[in-house]
Amino acid sequence: MPDSSAIDHGAVTTAGDAHAEHPSYQRHHFETVEQQADASAFAMWLFLLTEVMFFGGLFTAYLIYRNWYYPAFVSASHQLNVVWGTLNTVVLILSSFTMAMGVWCAETRRRRGLVLCLTLTMTLGLVFLGIKTVEYKEKIEKHHVPGQHYSLQSFLDPAHDEAALAAGDKPLALDMARHTEIYFSLYFAMTGMHALHMIIGIGILAFMIFRARAGAYTGGHVTFVENFGFYWHFVDLVWIYLFALLYLISRHQ
Amino acid sequence: MSEETKHTHQIVGPKVYVIILFALLIGTALTVWASFIELGPWNPVIALAIATGKAVLVVLFFMQVKYSSKLTKLTVGAGIFTLLALISMTLSDYISRAWGRW
Amino acid sequence: MNYLTKENGLLSWLLTGDHKRIAILYLISITFFFFIGGALAGLIRLELLTPQSDLMATDTYNKVFTMHGVIMIFLFLVPSVPATLGNFFIPMMLGAKDLALPRINLLSWYLYVLGGILVIYTMVSGGVDTGWTFTTPLSTHYVNTNVLSTGMAVFIAGFSSIFTGLNFIVTIHKMRAPGMTWFRMPLFVWAHYAASILMVLGTPVLAIAVVLLALERTIGIGVFDPVKGGDPLLFQHLFWFYSHPAVYIMILPGMGVISEVISTFSRKRVFGYTAVAFSSVAIAVFGFFVWAHHMFIMGISNYAVLVFSLLTMLVAVPSAIKIFNWTFTLYKGSITFETPMLYAFGFMGLFTIGGMTGVFLGTSGTDIHLTETYFIVAHFHFVMVGGMLMAFLAGIHFWWPKMTGRMYPEKISQMAAVVTFIGFNLTFFPQFILGTLGMPRRYAAYPPEFQILNVFSTAGATILGVGYLLPVLYLVWSLKYGEIAGDNPWQATGLEWQTQSPPLTENFTELPIMDHEAYDYEWLENQKTKEVASAG
Repeated sequence: MPDSSAIDHGAVTTAGDAHAEHPSYQRHHFETVEQQADASAFAMWLFLLTEVMFFGGLFTAYLIYRNWYYPAFVSASHQLNVVWGTLNTVVLILSSFTMAMGVWCAETRRRRGLVLCLTLTMTLGLVFLGIKTVEYKEKIEKHHVPGQHYSLQSFLDPAHDEAALAAGDKPLALDMARHTEIYFSLYFAMTGMHALHMIIGIGILAFMIFRARAGAYTGGHVTFVENFGFYWHFVDLVWIYLFALLYLISRHQ
Repeated sequence: MSEETKHTHQIVGPKVYVIILFALLIGTALTVWASFIELGPWNPVIALAIATGKAVLVVLFFMQVKYSSKLTKLTVGAGIFTLLALISMTLSDYISRAWGRW
Repeated sequence: MNYLTKENGLLSWLLTGDHKRIAILYLISITFFFFIGGALAGLIRLELLTPQSDLMATDTYNKVFTMHGVIMIFLFLVPSVPATLGNFFIPMMLGAKDLALPRINLLSWYLYVLGGILVIYTMVSGGVDTGWTFTTPLSTHYVNTNVLSTGMAVFIAGFSSIFTGLNFIVTIHKMRAPGMTWFRMPLFVWAHYAASILMVLGTPVLAIAVVLLALERTIGIGVFDPVKGGDPLLFQHLFWFYSHPAVYIMILPGMGVISEVISTFSRKRVFGYTAVAFSSVAIAVFGFFVWAHHMFIMGISNYAVLVFSLLTMLVAVPSAIKIFNWTFTLYKGSITFETPMLYAFGFMGLFTIGGMTGVFLGTSGTDIHLTETYFIVAHFHFVMVGGMLMAFLAGIHFWWPKMTGRMYPEKISQMAAVVTFIGFNLTFFPQFILGTLGMPRRYAAYPPEFQILNVFSTAGATILGVGYLLPVLYLVWSLKYGEIAGDNPWQATGLEWQTQSPPLTENFTELPIMDHEAYDYEWLENQKTKEVASAG
């Protein structure tokens, strides 16, 4: 095992002779373009690892409280709108698809295709945030935002709450009803953190569209688009779990 | 070491992406449908199983891990391993604090 | 021409991408915070000179020890060796021109500075008194001090650390020179690789814990609030999931320094190279499974105590492997006693004591008696100050000629090493006794019968302070008046010694090729003979 990588790096040494032919985007401390592309892709993956662990803390908290306060979590989850949630899942999956297509366009040097794909991705991202805003607004109106103004009304008296009535919720005991606040804390922390990632992503997308129109990514240097693609798919991936855990706990009850 | 410095990059075509897109959409429909059916303790299991299935598709194809170097695969594995360490070791406390409340 | 003289002016430093310059920036800022933290430690020891709380009010005392902890851990120990020596020498040891991500490296320093500024802001605007662990519900419900700005500082400094670790991992995987296989890398690099894994995977969990803490404190989201059904212990789980591995983030790079120093000054290849390399990785992996031993008395389940106690014992194994292998490296070596070696000896002795008492604390039975007493204070200061700080100083002296091109004055620095060792033991050994006698930590006042040991401890701290000030003085002096060092004053084998001192901006004039094993002193001799022959 120890000596095999000497062969792997063979490419690196020979490339040293071809110094004059470096493409302009190769940074001076790399020996070859491949080394540069590999290094930045690997760095992106490591960054995503930190994201996994960042959301991991939230998922751990969710698991614990869901098991402790199951009835509260069920009733509280009924306050979310499955239609909006499903729609947003579809929107995000579509945006992931357009992003993947964007990467393909960059790799195959299709400038207009790339601009189109990135624009679509950004639009879908904005649609997602729009729907999220509608959902948040509903929560604010019903005083389901944790904190001083949190209201237990929907859970103590489900007969007068549309969403709870539709789900056929029974009134919760006061003690259990109070734990719905934990659900909404986690709901806002998780979806809020996710939305923050979306907003950052959309900002970067706007920058990329601007650059892509000038042909920045269709000249063979696709690392940036690829790395952003990893990020965007990861955000999609987090949502896939959030959707299952927050919206679909138990619609049947 | 088995790390490749040469670029093992493989371009994945639109055909694969379209197939994955439909698989993901079907998975979404499936998981929503399943959540409305009474399956007792199996509801969350199925929801998580479908979510994981979708996540695997995203990671393998959209994120191209299927076509990537061993190092990338190892990185993904390390992430899952540490995430499971965090969850399982924390839960080991909570589960055993009061047996049966879980 | 070298990396220091290539460009001039403040901007050429503040906008640099050169890992060596960033290392110097880090060295200066870290030293600054070390002395702030040290001054706070001095205040703590002065207060504890007498049994009454007379120098400062108890509230102030709480703030002083909290700020001491926050600064020393997040702004000194975590970045100390990696961000300075690691930053400077990992690319050179691998035969690379720079770290893989120079701009991220610079960003990491700016984040560090931002975190540092926030900590200073916290201090001048009233401080924080929760202890560096921010234990809930104290930090969320019961204190009115600057928990938020400290939390933000920790969050930001955490990202600085993540970026450093990420950069190291990518560099070690992708930037090795031809022939530099994994098992030809210096053990310093292996140690940093293991520590970087912990930085990348552990720090985000601290970040989310701090975010939730801030949300709890500002809007009362309830996840850590028992009144609303939250569990304050969950914060500790998340916090220690990072902060236990963090002690390995702190100590592993130090262990890397010791491997280099011991080998160089006994002229022998490190005994059991592979075992030492893998023991670093083993510490990193085991490190993720033992965190709850900080919570034995906090009310976690008895079964969890049992499991975590058992797992904690596992970490002792790779640590012991290192100590044994260094000892065997010394066996029949041609040992010389230059300053770095003196510090390395200090490390081996003090770290062993610190590590062994860690086993007492990992055993739940004794831990319940000893935790939250001065025993635990002594334990982690033996590991962190006796271990890590000794390693840091060993490394600084060892590589000073390479970084600056000048030798430090040998006699006075040997004296400083001895003074540090004596001062350290006088400061912290009495605290083991105080702990077993039952003196609790984090109190400004104590029963009069503990005074004599506390007086010893404060006296030791004074000596220790002198021991730390001396290197600053003579190292700065040596910048101008030190002897010219030459390329390889220690006759060490690492690639970093095979180039000029101070190094060029891109480290090597031509791409080095690694054609020998690490610590191969015979190869070095052959090189010299060849050079002499070609010169003749």
